[in-house]
Amino acid sequence: MFKALRFLAGTFTSSDSNKYPTTLSKKWAVVSGIIAVLVSIPILSVLSSFFVSSGEIWSHLASTVLGDYITNSLLLIVGVSSGVVLLGVTLAWIITMCSFPGQKYFEWAAVLPFSIPAYLLAYIYTDFFGITGTLQTAIRSTFDLGIGEFVLPEIRSVWGAILIMILAFYPYVYMLARSAFLNQSVSLFEASRIMGYTTTQSFFKIALPLARPGIAAGLALALMETLNDFGTVQYFGVQTFTTGIYRTWFGLGERPAAAQLAGFLLLFIVVLILLERWSRSRIKDQTNATNRFKRIQRFDLTGFKKWGAFLVCAIPVFLGFILPVALLLSMFFNNIDSVNTRFLLYSLNTLSVAAIAGLITVSVALLMAYSSRLNPSKLVKGLNQFGALGYAIPGSVIAVGVLIPFGWLDNTIDSFARSNFQVSTGLLLSGTLFAMIFAYVVRFLSVSYNGINSSLQKISPSVDEASRGMGYSFSQILRKIHIPMLSGGLLSAFLLVFVDVMKELPATIIIRPFNFDTLAVQVYRLASDERLGESAGAALAIVLVGIIPVILLSKTITRSRKTEEH
Amino acid sequence: MKYLSLIAAGVVLVLSACSQPKEVNIYSARHYETDQALYTDFTEETGIKVNLIEGGSDGLIERIKSEGVNSPADILVTVDAGRVWRAEEAGILGSIESDILNERIPSSLRHPDGLWYGISKRVRAIVINPANVANPESLTYEDLATEDWKGRVCIRSSNNIYNQSLMASIIESNGVEAAEAWATGIVNNMARAPQGGDRDQIRAVSAGVCDAAIVNHYYLAMMLTGDEENQEIAKSVQLVFPNQSEVGRGAHVNISVAGVLKDAPNRDNAIKFMEYLTNETSQSYLTVDNNEYPVNDDATWNPVLQGFGEFKADEMNVSALGKNNPEAIRIMDRAGWK
Repeated sequence: MFKALRFLAGTFTSSDSNKYPTTLSKKWAVVSGIIAVLVSIPILSVLSSFFVSSGEIWSHLASTVLGDYITNSLLLIVGVSSGVVLLGVTLAWIITMCSFPGQKYFEWAAVLPFSIPAYLLAYIYTDFFGITGTLQTAIRSTFDLGIGEFVLPEIRSVWGAILIMILAFYPYVYMLARSAFLNQSVSLFEASRIMGYTTTQSFFKIALPLARPGIAAGLALALMETLNDFGTVQYFGVQTFTTGIYRTWFGLGERPAAAQLAGFLLLFIVVLILLERWSRSRIKDQTNATNRFKRIQRFDLTGFKKWGAFLVCAIPVFLGFILPVALLLSMFFNNIDSVNTRFLLYSLNTLSVAAIAGLITVSVALLMAYSSRLNPSKLVKGLNQFGALGYAIPGSVIAVGVLIPFGWLDNTIDSFARSNFQVSTGLLLSGTLFAMIFAYVVRFLSVSYNGINSSLQKISPSVDEASRGMGYSFSQILRKIHIPMLSGGLLSAFLLVFVDVMKELPATIIIRPFNFDTLAVQVYRLASDERLGESAGAALAIVLVGIIPVILLSKTITRSRKTEEH
Repeated sequence: MKYLSLIAAGVVLVLSACSQPKEVNIYSARHYETDQALYTDFTEETGIKVNLIEGGSDGLIERIKSEGVNSPADILVTVDAGRVWRAEEAGILGSIESDILNERIPSSLRHPDGLWYGISKRVRAIVINPANVANPESLTYEDLATEDWKGRVCIRSSNNIYNQSLMASIIESNGVEAAEAWATGIVNNMARAPQGGDRDQIRAVSAGVCDAAIVNHYYLAMMLTGDEENQEIAKSVQLVFPNQSEVGRGAHVNISVAGVLKDAPNRDNAIKFMEYLTNETSQSYLTVDNNEYPVNDDATWNPVLQGFGEFKADEMNVSALGKNNPEAIRIMDRAGWK
């Protein structure tokens, strides 16, 4: 039955694009194309010197540091991917399908680590776990041991970085996997049980393959975050592509070589995405949405399984949220006099740009996803995917990519106005909130695009067919059918971007207008000066403000299937 | 069309309204609370409003470049001569002439043509565990690269500009070959792979991970005036100014630095601000609160700096640090300095 449905759905997708009047779907393709080109400009401006010859610098890099960059980046990729998938999917599955002590709380608590930026976690944990940190010092003095007699594995290493990033990024996979599990048809799962599959078999053969687009989207985000991370690896002294790009560009002054490094990083991600897509190409998933409201029968766990499940959920929440927040709190109370009223202004600035950027990003992502649905041509898909790559480029590199075209545009308009009207227009866009929000959109587009796209894919094209049959136009379908059906996914996408913007640092700091400070900027100012204690106030504010959308987010995901009310 | 002319009129109005602003626009890569206080005082004293963007210096330089002739930036403030050299190379700085600045700032700490001026000094010194180091007063940077120091040295990553500039100064004084041998020696002598910031190196010396660490002096000063735990750590170690012998070149000095931009819209205000930064009061304030050494000799040192004592500073013109920066990075890459 399911195969038949899938087959039908497959036939619809492949044929329905031809049924749309070409002029209409072309209009959408043009809209999507323009947006994709706009958001691609910063990436292109970074990569523009990709084909410029960079001379002997490559032989220098290859004979010295390139090996380290590749090894460490690969270690990070492999380590973080396996960690976030294992942790994210396990948590999503047991929290969705089992009942055990605290299950209801873990639904939202498992997302909490998302509110702490990875670089902050790195600072806090070094301060605590490092060889001269609180923990080891206390152990040494308690047992009267010398420095060499008791040593924990070094946190500031590639392994430490992997652990930190797993803790910081697993919520991406958890959220998207959970949302996928919640939206799966229960009857499908039940049917598989009736057909004699064990729970484990059903999980691996039915639930997991169905949730794969969601898991893949979550993993892609986690990976891009891993590769664009600068703060953590820099502080840990781990040399990766990211630190290499900075060093080559700014230190060695070799912009073409830096662009080439960035280009290879992107190429690598593109290959990963394509590989995933290729391996999934035969599973065309169109989950039937009609069974949404049937209650999920949770498995009642007993005995050691019950407490095992509890521990599996509790440990990442403790390490990723409770412990660091407790440490921040204690630092905060030791530096309570560093708090002042400017905090309120920083918070207000942070919240308002995060909200505006979230709204715009989600709208843009929806437009892009919808037009690629209407016009599934390779060109549109390719453009969209390229535009969404901004997330993988290190933040301050993409920030420079935003500065250059805006500066060029402003100066071109200015010289045009000067020569034609004898008026100087000055800088119209550079150094404005507009430029800053544009940078956020570019940077976080993939956060919302991938999620929205995967939820949109779950709406069967036959819905569109039916609506077309009822005489709806494409924009009516979008407004009256898709947006209401997607509301959960849209809100999630908005909240993800919201939290990410709040934590965002490198683009904010370079592009912002005069005298415009955010909480993240404040944390950076103090922490970069090695005054972690004084930055605790602003850091806590980011975390606390971040908790609200994070909890909302997981409530939204839960509500996407109204299991309990019916 | 009607709208267009309305907008044009509006733009002209706005432009004429702000054509004579009493303000100065600063792009700063320094992130200290002290600087905020200095800005406020400047506004109170002169009525000139200070507009500020703080960011990483490489990012700020890129921003000024992309904003081009219309950039609102008047002054670029940054730390480390290596970085200001990048601004110089980018061609965004303009030379200014000020007898006041020339008189206050020694010539080794400013650009020969007035493109930039040092506003405070930091010394890249050595912090040691006094129990394990004999004759610390004769210690040199070169010593730390010798056999005797195997497994005893802590220093942060070569990504750090302070290390790049130190390396650049060694290239300038000892030549490329000797500098490469030095870097290799340091890498061989490291007690652990480079990690963390300067304070972490001081903590490592105190905890016994290593016997010496190369750090900027003010980190130790900050710890000495910090909370109890930090004070205890700081007191267990000792600051040494290297290369102090008769023939020694002196300790490596770097600067916080400010320059007026080529296309500065408020040039006069910018010069006023530079002069204000280097007057005796501002300079004393910078050192009192931030533990940096003043460039203006009339300013007083704070008690912690007085406690560190007088020292001989390397008098090499700091512009060499920037010039040698790319070479320094290559040498550190070859030496395997992470």
